[in-house]
Amino acid sequence: MRNEPLLGGMAQSAVDRETPLLRPGNTNCGGCGMSNLLQMMRRAVADRPVQLVIPACCAAISAGAFPQAGLGAPTVLTTFASAAAVATGAAAVARLNGEETRVICLAGDGGSYDIGFATMSAAAERNEDILYICYDNEIYGNTGGQRSSATPAGAVTTSTPGGKVEQKKDIMAIMAAHRIPYAASLSLAHADDTLRKLRHALDLRGFRFLHVLSPCPTGWKSEPALGMELVRLAVRSGLYPVLEVFDGRRHQINIEPEFSDEALEMYLSLQRRFQNTGLKASDLRPAIERHWLNLRVLSGRIVPARRETR
Amino acid sequence: MKGQLLSANHAAALAATLAARANRTGRGFCSGVYPITPSTECMEFLCAQQIEKGRVVRVESEHSAMGVCIGAAAAGARSFTATASNGLAYMAENCVAAAGLRLPVVMAVANRTMGPPWNIWADHGDALMLRDLGLIQIYCADNQELFDTVLSAFRLAEDQRVLMPAMVCMEGFILSHTVAQTEIPSQEQVDRFLPLTSVPQQLGSTPHSLGQIELPAQTETHRMQHHQAMLAAETVFEEVRGHFADIFGRELQGALVPYRTEDADTLIVSLGTMGLTAQRVVDRARERGEKVGSLRIRMLRPLPVAAIAREFAGKSRIAILDRDISLGFGGVLWGELARLAQAPVVQNYLAGIGGGDVRPEHLERVLADLKGRRQSGTPVNVEAI
Ligand SMILES: Cc1ncc(C[n+]2csc(CCOP(=O)(O)OP(=O)(O)O)c2C)c(N)n1
Ligand code: SF4
Ligand SMILES: [Mg+2]
Repeated sequence: MRNEPLLGGMAQSAVDRETPLLRPGNTNCGGCGMSNLLQMMRRAVADRPVQLVIPACCAAISAGAFPQAGLGAPTVLTTFASAAAVATGAAAVARLNGEETRVICLAGDGGSYDIGFATMSAAAERNEDILYICYDNEIYGNTGGQRSSATPAGAVTTSTPGGKVEQKKDIMAIMAAHRIPYAASLSLAHADDTLRKLRHALDLRGFRFLHVLSPCPTGWKSEPALGMELVRLAVRSGLYPVLEVFDGRRHQINIEPEFSDEALEMYLSLQRRFQNTGLKASDLRPAIERHWLNLRVLSGRIVPARRETR
Repeated sequence: MKGQLLSANHAAALAATLAARANRTGRGFCSGVYPITPSTECMEFLCAQQIEKGRVVRVESEHSAMGVCIGAAAAGARSFTATASNGLAYMAENCVAAAGLRLPVVMAVANRTMGPPWNIWADHGDALMLRDLGLIQIYCADNQELFDTVLSAFRLAEDQRVLMPAMVCMEGFILSHTVAQTEIPSQEQVDRFLPLTSVPQQLGSTPHSLGQIELPAQTETHRMQHHQAMLAAETVFEEVRGHFADIFGRELQGALVPYRTEDADTLIVSLGTMGLTAQRVVDRARERGEKVGSLRIRMLRPLPVAAIAREFAGKSRIAILDRDISLGFGGVLWGELARLAQAPVVQNYLAGIGGGDVRPEHLERVLADLKGRRQSGTPVNVEAI
């Protein structure tokens, strides 16, 4: 029951596998993107002292049932809406005592985009010394797959059986508008970029926000083995922009998409959540283009930076 | 010890400040605060203090205020917050969490009617809503008592046999905004009174988790442990009173405040400031030769059941006043206490709900009504007798 070496070992060393953040025996679904994230976090954290603050979400289940600890770091499980507030208290006390502890919120899209939104926004506004990681599976996974404001239009959920009509919130723009020191979106399929950002965010002080598109085979109705491929397709098609924003001002696009309709079509067809609504690549393309036009303006680069080579 | 002219809100905040400073050689102090009438002045006062190794976080909601306290206490620090009414309702979810995680957060609550319809005046219904959730509850009647109780609540809540949040209540405006001369101890005395905060389950570097999933049998065990610790708090409170007297040379009011009860045949039982009014009415009745006494309940959780039953023993008429109503039932205090009385007449009087004045003449009417009863009846509103 060892954790598999992630991405051919690039994201994990033997040491990481010996003392993982997500311990063997956890009950995450197979192919859960949040599991991959925790593995990469373990690699990035290295020997930095960390504490986790986790609101109600799937990751709270990953923490295991009392008295076994499913997570390899000191963790406090909080109410659904209060991760960033509890982390504020823990981080403040660490600072008052001159400790180097990094306090990390690990929250779902529901706990970040929805019920914990005000809490997260206020902690960002106060520039609390917190690393806030939102793993976004675009659904309320814990409660069986209802819509959130991170669910994309066209996705069927248990509370939008005919497909969600409203668009997904642009969380990166929202967090950047708080002018926090660092906000970045991570692609789990790009381990080097992800590790670099995780390490950077761990070492910074102040409020850091990381957005992680997190495949959820259970909610997305997709093959567990295809999670990384789905993220790759979301990046290639331009659907999921991978970027960093420094102090809410300087925008840097990290991975240049191909904007391929083929990738987008593939992304949609590999997930049954999109199948009954008849959503096509051509339906999404105009919004993607508008979004990227904005990003180009913000990043000050009219010409694509670097094309991802496969 | 020196006297200061303070409102009860400021007295609560000053007690918290002294307690905060007393932990400067420990893990410090961190508090989340949010304003609401009539508690606001407490957080404002706290925000104006310089606290070595302390931080007061001005959050965006009461829910987050208690969230910050949870994080701070989970990191081993001393913690405090203040709220009222809808703020307490908004905070409730995290009060439950603080209790369940057994974190010794102290709270000052300025009791206020819940709305809408909006009403800013006193009613005990807000704190009573949290009665069953694992927080110690003590109700106060004057400024000195409030200061002393908030200070002592840190020692009580942080006692290793107790370890749970403690809520100290004062009626909104009636007490929260009353300004009175209050004896304030020196920092050095407070340092001696309060041991450094120690939270044994504090997050450190070993990977243990607080607040994980539990199975029914585990929760059952934890609830029973919490219950036992809560019951033990009654005894620990007596010890705290002993330390208090040793260090400050004054009495800390006990869990119950009996007044001329020994030879009484009639009792007026109440929470908070109504108890002081009751004492005046008792004095008047005594002048008329009536054997009346007052029993003010300070500690509602844990409820000193045996001591109350002893006070009730042999009485023939008991009036239980409630500045609250459990709709569809009657007064909450009455619901709690009626079963402890053997008296032929145990009558519930709803008094001052929504902040109405409860004046001596109201309680005179209560005594007259009580005298005319042959048996207990359903709860009545004092305005209707
Ligand atoms: C106040 C409150 N309301 C509702 C719930 C039930 N609940 C628990 S987790 C959850 C959804 C979590 O969704 P998300 O944050 O996206 O995390 P995920 O489960 O997808 O990992 C809900 C609705 C709760 N625990 N607390
Ligand atoms: S429901 Fe989705 S997010 Fe939750 S554990 Fe399963 S795969 Fe992961
Ligand atoms: Mg989710």
